[in-house]
Amino acid sequence: MFKCKTSAEVGGMGHSVKRKEDARFLHGKGNYVDDVKLPGMLTMVMVRSPYAYAKIKSINKEKALAIPGVLAVITGYDLAEYNLHWMPTLLSDTQMVLPTDTVMHQSQEVCAVIATDRYIAVDGAEAVEVDYEPMQAIVDPFKALDKDAPLLRPDKEGQKDNHIYHWERGDRAKTDDVISKADIVVKERIYLPRIHVASIETCGCVASYDKDTQKMLVYMTSQAPHAIRTILALVAGHVGLSEEKIRVISPDIGGGFGGKVPVYPGYVVAIAASFLIGKPVKWIEDRSENLVNGFARDYHMDCELAATKEGKIQAFKVKTLADHGYTDSSANPSKYPTGMFSICTGSYDYADAFAELDAVYTNKAPGGVAYRCSFRVTEAVHAIERMVDKLAAEINKDPALLRMENFIKKDQFPYASPLGWSYDSGDYELTLQKALDMVGYDEIKKEQAEKRKQGKLMGIGISTFTEVVGAGPSKDFDILGIAMFDSAEIRVHPTGKVLARFGTKSQGQGHETTYAQILAEELGIPYSHIEIDEGDTDTAPYGLGTYASRSTPTAGAAAAIAARKLRDKGKKIAAHLLEVSEEDIEWEVGKYFVKGAPEKSKTIQDVAFAAYTNFPQGMEPGFEETHYYDPPNLTFPNGAYICVVEVEKETGQIDVKRFVAIDDCGNIINPMIVEGQVHGGLTQGIAPAMYEGIEYDDEGNVLNGTFMDYLVPTAVESPHWETGHTITPSPHHPLGAKGVAESPTVGAPPAIANAIIDALKPLGIKHLDIPITPAKVWEAIQAHSK
Amino acid sequence: MKHKITLKINGESVTAEVDSRLLLVHFIRENLDLTGTHIGCDTSNCGACTILLDGKSVKSCTYLAVRADGSEITTIEGITAEGTNHPMQQAFHDQHGLHCGFCTPGMIMRSIDLLENNPNPTEEEIRWGISGNLCRCTGYNNIVKSVQQAAEELQKESV
Ligand code: FES
Ligand code: FES
Repeated sequence: MFKCKTSAEVGGMGHSVKRKEDARFLHGKGNYVDDVKLPGMLTMVMVRSPYAYAKIKSINKEKALAIPGVLAVITGYDLAEYNLHWMPTLLSDTQMVLPTDTVMHQSQEVCAVIATDRYIAVDGAEAVEVDYEPMQAIVDPFKALDKDAPLLRPDKEGQKDNHIYHWERGDRAKTDDVISKADIVVKERIYLPRIHVASIETCGCVASYDKDTQKMLVYMTSQAPHAIRTILALVAGHVGLSEEKIRVISPDIGGGFGGKVPVYPGYVVAIAASFLIGKPVKWIEDRSENLVNGFARDYHMDCELAATKEGKIQAFKVKTLADHGYTDSSANPSKYPTGMFSICTGSYDYADAFAELDAVYTNKAPGGVAYRCSFRVTEAVHAIERMVDKLAAEINKDPALLRMENFIKKDQFPYASPLGWSYDSGDYELTLQKALDMVGYDEIKKEQAEKRKQGKLMGIGISTFTEVVGAGPSKDFDILGIAMFDSAEIRVHPTGKVLARFGTKSQGQGHETTYAQILAEELGIPYSHIEIDEGDTDTAPYGLGTYASRSTPTAGAAAAIAARKLRDKGKKIAAHLLEVSEEDIEWEVGKYFVKGAPEKSKTIQDVAFAAYTNFPQGMEPGFEETHYYDPPNLTFPNGAYICVVEVEKETGQIDVKRFVAIDDCGNIINPMIVEGQVHGGLTQGIAPAMYEGIEYDDEGNVLNGTFMDYLVPTAVESPHWETGHTITPSPHHPLGAKGVAESPTVGAPPAIANAIIDALKPLGIKHLDIPITPAKVWEAIQAHSK
Repeated sequence: MKHKITLKINGESVTAEVDSRLLLVHFIRENLDLTGTHIGCDTSNCGACTILLDGKSVKSCTYLAVRADGSEITTIEGITAEGTNHPMQQAFHDQHGLHCGFCTPGMIMRSIDLLENNPNPTEEEIRWGISGNLCRCTGYNNIVKSVQQAAEELQKESV
C-alpha cells in the first residue's frame, strides 16, 4: 500500500484532494471553444455530401452568396489556388481539406459557407447547389480487396488496389508449427465495431488572423496544441504562416478521448477563411456532423489460440483486416501503423505469437483515433481476452483458474513479451484474486449453478488485461516525426508560490490538481499554492499533448524531475543561508536542515525568497526549472475485471448485476481522481460492449448518426461500478506511476462480452460480437433453440 | 420576422428583439453571453443545455426564444450568489461529480429540479431522473453520489 509522505494540507501523492479546476465548471465559467467570442467574428458551416461516393460535377454558390449576411463560399478550387485543398494525415497518408472532384464518404465536407451568424450560414449552406454523380460505394472492407473492386485512391501514385499497408510482427513459421501440434486450438473471427468517442463537446475552433501583425491565433479543441501548431506551420508555411506567428490555444475541452487529436478539415478551412478574410471565423460541429466523421476501432480479427489439453497456453495468432475509410488518418506513431496492437499476447506467459494486419480503403469517414486507448490496445485486449475465455469454455475449465495458471508471474518482470514489449511490473495473480474476493466468486458461481438448474441465464465474465501506455520513448514514438517526450516548467515565485506549465492538455482528467500534487510531493509546497497552466503554445513548454494515458508517465515525470532539479539548487541556497557546506544539508518534505541539527532549518519558501533576494555570489538568480522527459520505457498498467449478468430468455434483455474492477496503475497521485477516471472509462467500456456501433447500409449511408440512435449510455444503462486497486509501482517512472484513465475502456468490453456469452453457454452459443444488444441476443437464442 | 420578448433571467429583466426561429439556448449563450449553458447535440438528447424555466428543468435547445416570452429563467450562473456554492454545486465538487465539466451545468440544473420534486430519491430514481442528461466522462457513479449529498443537505436546510 502507498503511504502518504506529505500532510493533507500539503496534499502530495496519495491524497484525495478535491479538484482545483472545479470552481469554474460548477459556475458555468468554463471557457470552451464555443464560448470564445471575438469582435467581428464570423461563423462557418459546412456543406456535406449526402453520398458516400460521388463525382462533383459542379458547385453553384450564387444563391448562397445572394443571401444577406453570407460573405463567402469556399470550395476545394478556392483552396487549390493556395495548394491547401489536401493535407497530410498523422500517418502520412493524404486527406482532402475540401474536394475538387470527388467525395469519398457520406457527410464529407464539400464546401464551407461563411456568414455573419450561424443561422444565416446554415441558410447559405442549404442554398449552395451541388451537382453530384453518385457512384457505387465500397462499404465492405473485404470486398474492397476484390480484384474487380474500383480503385478508390487513383490520386495516390503507385496505388494499384485498395490495400493500404501490410504489417506483421512475430515468428509466423514457429507459431504455425506450435499451433499445428497443439492439443487444442480455438478459433474465432472477432469484429470490433466502428465507434465514436462522442465527447459531449464536439470539435471546433475559432481562427483569428490579423493582417497587420500577420499573427494567426487559433482556439481549438485540440489534445495536442503544440503538435498542431507545428503541423500548421509545415502545411501552410508556403502561404506565409510561420510557426512563431501561430498561436494555438486549447481552451477548456469538453472531453477528448482521442477524438481531438487529429486535424479535421473544418479547422483548416476556418484557418484559411480567416487568413483570406482577415476576420475571426468560428466553426463548431453539430453533433450529427461529429458522429459521422472520425471513428475508432473497426478491426476484423481472425484469432487462433493454441493450448495443451490442460489449458496451458502455447501460442496466439491473429490476422486482422482494418477498415480505415478513404484515408489512413490513424493517430498512431509513424513506426507503429497498428499502434500498440502487438500487446495482444496479453497477461499470459507463452513463447510464440504472430500478428499481421492489412489495412484497406473504403468509402467511409477516416479516423482511426485512439479512443481512450493507447493506440489499438482495446482491439488487442478484446482479441486475447475473448480467446482465453473461449479456450476455458472449450476445455471446460474455470476461466479464473485458467488465467491464474497462465499468468506471467510477478518475479518474471521485466517480462519480454513474444511480440517485443518489455512489461515493467505487475502482480497479476494478486490483482485477479482481489477481484475474485471482492465479487465473492465462489458464491456467485454457486448462484449461477442454481440459476442454471432453474433454466435461467446468468453469466460471469472476466478480463485480466495488460495495457501499454505513456509514449515515448522518443526513439520509437513520434507524431509525424516529432518525438513523443513531454515537458514541465516550474516557476517558484519569491513568496514560495508556484506557476507550472506543461506540454500536455487536460480534457477532464484533472491535471490542475494532480500536477499540483506531484509538485507538492516533490517540493513540500501546498498544492493549493500551485497553479497549473496548459494548452497555450505561446506560454507552455513544447510537448506532445494528452492522449494514450501519457500525461502522468511523461509530463508527470517531467514535473518530478524539474522539481528535483529545483531542490538541488535550493540545497545550495539553504547551505548559504545556514552557513554550512552543501554536503551538510539534508531534505525532508518542505525543508532543508543541517545534518545532526534539525532545529537549524530553512523552509522551501525561505529558500525561494532567498533565490531572489539573498543567493550565493555567482549563482544564477531565480527559482525556476524546466525538464523535458523522455521515458526509458512505456508503462504497463493492468487490471482484473469481473462482470455478472443476467439475460432474459424471452426478450434478450441483458441486466448487468455486478461489475468489479481492480486496477493496478502503480503509485497513485489522487485516489479520488483515479477512481473517477475508472468509473468513466467503465461506462465507455459498456458502451461499445452493449450499445454503440456506427452502422452503414450498402450505399454507405450512416444509419445512426445522431444521439437519437447512437446510444450513449445514460445513468440508467450505466451500472453501479465497484472499484479497487493493487499497487505495483513502475520501476522506471520517477514516481512509480503508470497512467490509468484508459484501462477501464480497454478492459471492460471483453469482461462484459464474456459474461453475456457465458450466460448463453447452456444454449450452445459460443461467441457474439459486440455490441451485444438485446436484439442480437434474442436472435442468437432463436437460432439456437430450433 | 422579429419579435419583441421580455423575460426575467437570473433575476434580471431582459427585453430583446429576436427572430422567430432563434432557439432559446442561442439566445442565452449568444445574445445574453451566458455561456455556462452548453450545446452537446441537435436532437434534444444530451441535456447540456438544461435550464430552469418557471422553475422546471427544460432543454433550452428544444425551446424557441419567442416562446420564453414572459417567463422566468434561471441558468447555472444564476443559482447562487457569486462566490458561493449552491448545495448541488458543493456536492458535485465534494463527490467528484465532474471531469471535463461540459455536461455539468445541465446536470446540476436537472438535478436541482429533480430534488425539487423528489427531495429524497433512491439511487434508481436519481438514475432515471438524470437519464435525459448525458455525461461521457464520469460513469455517473459520482453524479449519483453528488445528488444524494445535495438531497441530504437540502433536507437539513429545509427543517
Ligand atoms: S443541446 Fe443536447 S439536449 Fe439540448
Ligand atoms: S464531465 Fe465531461 S461530459 Fe460529463
